[in-house]
Amino acid sequence: MRARVLIRPKDGILDPQGQAVERALPALGFDGVANVHVGRLIELDVEDASQVPQMCERLLANPLIEDYEVVELTGEAA
Amino acid sequence: MRFGVVRFPGSCDEVDALMACRRFADAELLWHGDRELDGIDAVVVPGGFSYGDYLRVGAIARFSPLMESVIEFAHEGGPVLGICNGFQVLCEAGLLPGALLPNDSLRFVCRQVEVIVENPDTPFTRACAVGDRLSIPVKHTTGRYYAPPGTLPDDQVVLRYAPGDNPNGSMDDVAGVCSEGGNVMGLMPHPEHAVDLLTGSADGGRLFESLAMVPA
Repeated sequence: MRARVLIRPKDGILDPQGQAVERALPALGFDGVANVHVGRLIELDVEDASQVPQMCERLLANPLIEDYEVVELTGEAA
Repeated sequence: MRFGVVRFPGSCDEVDALMACRRFADAELLWHGDRELDGIDAVVVPGGFSYGDYLRVGAIARFSPLMESVIEFAHEGGPVLGICNGFQVLCEAGLLPGALLPNDSLRFVCRQVEVIVENPDTPFTRACAVGDRLSIPVKHTTGRYYAPPGTLPDDQVVLRYAPGDNPNGSMDDVAGVCSEGGNVMGLMPHPEHAVDLLTGSADGGRLFESLAMVPA
């Protein structure tokens, strides 16, 4: 099973990386951009996909400061 | 009294920390792959880029064999001091509240700062008085301290950056915190780089001096 983990800074925590990207886009002529946040993407092959949330809690994310979302990839997406 | 200073792959301040400890007591380096803490009275987790800081600062180092022993040592009440990357490792290990995030400036900062002693009743600050100002350098990119609301009681704030001297956007100017039991402390500034007037300040020595006062 191929799994994809999306990790984002928690709402309400200052995300200076997101802010920097948000300021850079208008400089290239892309207007109307707001609420940019930068996170991480981890993809992995796992035998037991039910373990992925525990992997997130213990290592892949820091639940104090980050939210995570696990997506199981199937078919062409994998 | 004997200090043990942890060396991970990617540590870079362990020798300065060792030299700082040796001004006040015996000290030796501890290799991350070992598990032995026999004869060690206090552990220092130094600065650097342990395990390359891959994934997230401190995230991988926290699972090293030696850290398992350090976590046990801390749970038994042994004093553990984490400096910079060591602070990040201790937060990841759950020994300290909160986490360290990228500086609000997104820049590496390297400069002298003043920190104020808020809590002198810890094994790390007993040579200080409340309100003492210590001049110590910082050098980091990921030093913005954050603890979710309600998870950091006031008495666990050991050091604060002096007003106007917060280099990274840390919540409430927090520069150093301790565990609920008080025997684990982490700070972003580098006291081991401020133990001799030759480099501008010897104030950092007060933390090692405090630890050396702990009965062995």
